Amino acid sequence: MRDIRLLTEMFIPGTLIGPFTQANPGLGGVCTFVGEVRYDEGVEALELSHYEPLTLPGMHALADRAFERFTLMGLLMVHRVGVLRPGEPIVCVSAAALHRRDAIDAVDFCMDHLKSAAWFWKRQLRAGEWHWIEPRDDDHRDLARWQS
Amino acid sequence: MIRFVYLGKLADAAGKSESQIASSSGDLDWPDILALLDDHVREGLADAVRDKRVKVALNGEVLADREGIVARHGDEVAFLPPVSGG
Repeated sequence: MRDIRLLTEMFIPGTLIGPFTQANPGLGGVCTFVGEVRYDEGVEALELSHYEPLTLPGMHALADRAFERFTLMGLLMVHRVGVLRPGEPIVCVSAAALHRRDAIDAVDFCMDHLKSAAWFWKRQLRAGEWHWIEPRDDDHRDLARWQS
Repeated sequence: MIRFVYLGKLADAAGKSESQIASSSGDLDWPDILALLDDHVREGLADAVRDKRVKVALNGEVLADREGIVARHGDEVAFLPPVSGG
């Protein structure tokens, strides 16, 4: 079961994870990560922009790589775009597998790539002004973990 | 027409998120594109796009060699700054 989506409206992860788990009967384990917009000092909102021809196809390509690299039964990968407020879910990745290591590692792999290599541009609203978020060195380190 | 799309902070540098460029002058190569960005979109935009970290997509395909681009009537050229981290 493979479910890869970009969402423009707020979502409740539980409503996706329940059906996803049920859609993979016989699984041995399911691992789920939900990322939310942090309550950083002074941040009123976060806006994610994307580029239609690249962003969703890029997420599908990432899912393909996860399926090649790990022994998975199912993968759910959902990412928000648009304006989000602190506390709102921004990303949800869930992997179902026969064995826990595949599920856990697949989620970790997808998250590292979504954060550092997927086609999203983010800006924060602070004191009424938008500020673009630049790439971080940590992101490259996160990706380097998987280059073997 | 050729459509230019500006992502992330390049939309700020351009003052808009996209432009339609009349392709009456024929195919556009990399120097043509840079000149158009400065002359018809906004002064200084070409410099922002020259940043080596900016990638260019032609009709949804990221180019390995952006300087080898040839844009024709009906094409969409997207300028992609580095993606934001976590």
